Amino acid sequence: MTAAIASPAMLELRGLAKSFELHQQRDTRLDVLDDIDLTLHAGECVVLSGPSGAGKSTLLRVIYANYRTSRGAVRVRHDGNWLDLAEATPHQVLDVRRRTLGYVSQFLRVIPRVPALDIVAEPLIGAGVSVEDARQQASALLHRLNVPERLWPLPPGTFSGGEQQRVNIARGLIVPRPLLLLDEPTASLDAGNRQVVAQLLEEARNAGSAVLGIFHDEDMRDRVATRLFPMRPMALA
Amino acid sequence: MSSTYNSNAYNFGFLDENTKRMLRRALLKAVAIPGYQVPFGSREMPLPYGWGTGGIQVTAALLGPNDVLKVIDQGADDTTNAVNIRRFFGRVAGVATTERTADASVIQTRHRIPETPLREDQLLVFQVPEPEPLRTLEPREAETRTMHALADYGLMHVKLYEDIAQYGHIATSYDYPVMVDGRFLTSPSPIPKFDNPKLDRSPALMLFGAGREKRLYAIPPYTRVESLAFDDHPFEIQRWEHRCAICNAGDSYLDEVVVDDRGTRMFVCSDTDYCSQRSDNAATEEAA
Amino acid sequence: MSALLQVRGLSHHYGRRIGCENVSFDLHPGELLCIVGESGSGKSTLLNTVAAQLTPTAGAVHYHQKNGDWLDLGALSEADRRRLAREEWGFVTQNPRDGLRLNVSAGANVAERLMALGQRDYGRLRDIARGWLERVEIDPARIDDAPTGFSGGMQQRLQIARTLVTQPRLVFMDEPTAGLDVSVQARILDLLRRLVNELGLAAIMVTHDLAVARLLAARTIVMQGGHVVESGLTDQILDDPQHAYTQLLVSSVLTT
Repeated sequence: MTAAIASPAMLELRGLAKSFELHQQRDTRLDVLDDIDLTLHAGECVVLSGPSGAGKSTLLRVIYANYRTSRGAVRVRHDGNWLDLAEATPHQVLDVRRRTLGYVSQFLRVIPRVPALDIVAEPLIGAGVSVEDARQQASALLHRLNVPERLWPLPPGTFSGGEQQRVNIARGLIVPRPLLLLDEPTASLDAGNRQVVAQLLEEARNAGSAVLGIFHDEDMRDRVATRLFPMRPMALA
Repeated sequence: MSSTYNSNAYNFGFLDENTKRMLRRALLKAVAIPGYQVPFGSREMPLPYGWGTGGIQVTAALLGPNDVLKVIDQGADDTTNAVNIRRFFGRVAGVATTERTADASVIQTRHRIPETPLREDQLLVFQVPEPEPLRTLEPREAETRTMHALADYGLMHVKLYEDIAQYGHIATSYDYPVMVDGRFLTSPSPIPKFDNPKLDRSPALMLFGAGREKRLYAIPPYTRVESLAFDDHPFEIQRWEHRCAICNAGDSYLDEVVVDDRGTRMFVCSDTDYCSQRSDNAATEEAA
Repeated sequence: MSALLQVRGLSHHYGRRIGCENVSFDLHPGELLCIVGESGSGKSTLLNTVAAQLTPTAGAVHYHQKNGDWLDLGALSEADRRRLAREEWGFVTQNPRDGLRLNVSAGANVAERLMALGQRDYGRLRDIARGWLERVEIDPARIDDAPTGFSGGMQQRLQIARTLVTQPRLVFMDEPTAGLDVSVQARILDLLRRLVNELGLAAIMVTHDLAVARLLAARTIVMQGGHVVESGLTDQILDDPQHAYTQLLVSSVLTT
């Protein structure tokens, strides 16, 4: 743990706040996050803890710039320089997502007619790897995550929840990124597959990635976390 | 000189002098920009559109009292259209007429170029029904004009492509599009593509008149004229397994003629003057 | 990375009525941008003004040519506009019958743009046309059939093949999937998605369908009444819409 803290910071949240203004609901305002400060170092795995409604998923989405920041800064170390995603242009955000910042959501967003293997290989191809190499790496990862080979050429629309989730994890982890956000990626996995994911995360950390995640399963949390970051719900404004 | 010409009845050449001047100016512009279609104020002529109103106006603007006029239709001097136009100018201009290609100074033609090679001192006037080679593919005049202005001619190969796709070869056999001087895509009028090579670097000035469409254009002497083609489907002219049944020519454009009610056919030269010249020469040689 | 297209303060007015007003954005190589909004929001006007089909009332569009020079599209001659449309751009219209030449065969439709670029080898044109028909999932045996006999979805796929055959650097698409069955739409969207990735195309696509934007575009512009009300990352706009109109749009569409 001390070693992790001694290593360079990858992500800095400073005074981060997020609220939603719902114009369709008589301009109701929902305050979800306020004044969040967090520093994440290379090689760390920080797990967000707290009851549901504490804004854990919202925080990950704000960091990924899937949600806009209402106030404060989301500083990411990108290409050795600090970039505040709250202020970044869409093109900068896209570049950060392409090379620095990964996000594995709870659910796979199924793309019609695209086979599982290609869904996994796609981010690698986007990063400039040849199609053949990308498919090979995707195969290896799907194999490791125990996705049966007969499913690889099929679009995952009809897969079980667990199978979809493993395809999703493979897609999220196939490109090594310095900063990883995980939103309950193991919720519908059995013990064996959780073990595989825990190993993958450990390998990523050892390779220098910083991980920030949500894991409800305590067993999993204990296995992967180097530190917890407690959160609590805000009162309705 | 024909005795029927009465200078009191018609202005020389039927058209008034101002109209002829307008035509000559348009023709000069056409010669200056080979293949470019020059708009002109086409006049009502005493024959229907499609019978050569454009060609007649060009001829009328060109003729002088000393010219010798030949008129052919599909290569023949004795068809209705040719006879009528020849007579017309005999009457309204009093010029000499001939059926011999070599003797003519002005030749008005519909659908053929004479087989006898033309000379620098001869003019060939074409009757043109549709001056716009792109028209069948692009109906908008504003668009075709822009395409000409920008030499944006990809569309023309679409037609040739379709020919090959449908028939296995470029089936367009007449009015086969040409590039004039490497610049303007041009309709050679509905001559058979057999005649296209005669357009290239011709010593005679060739003028084209479209009366209904009100356009003139020209191919000046010795201008480069290329027929469009694909690299792997080059331009080819028609060939026949037969020779002319009358003059035995093997190098001329042949018409297939049904000669009786039982469907007996023969192939003869479409250029009647060429055919009779050859027959006469052969007869003379035999006699000698 | 330098932009392919720079749009600055672009407006087009129809007389006194606003078509689009004061629009600015950059488009980068390999990027697909969606313009969303309801009918009459000015999205097609914006597309056509950017593509130099309509004359801007104000503002400017600059295009980074293949040869590296920047072109001011407002000062473009007709000759240059056509050269760009022929050599560097592509257009896909909503109604394939507007973008296709219906009286000539499917093969000629695909080959036309190549012939316009001077390709004169019939055999090679046929090979390329067959390859592209296959790529857009049309049986190459139908190469000599007229597109009039094709279904709407096939016609649209043919139009895509006809447009992309010259590998344009920038493609303008106006509602390419509107007016098609949902299943046919999915197939075309998937096709577009694949081709855009494979060819590294930059494209601007007008659509009223937010799901289309989500599937294809990294960035989206939301228009209402001729004005851009919101723009940014597609997922951000769809998952955290800020403007009241975008919230309405998102809440009325993404019900599943």
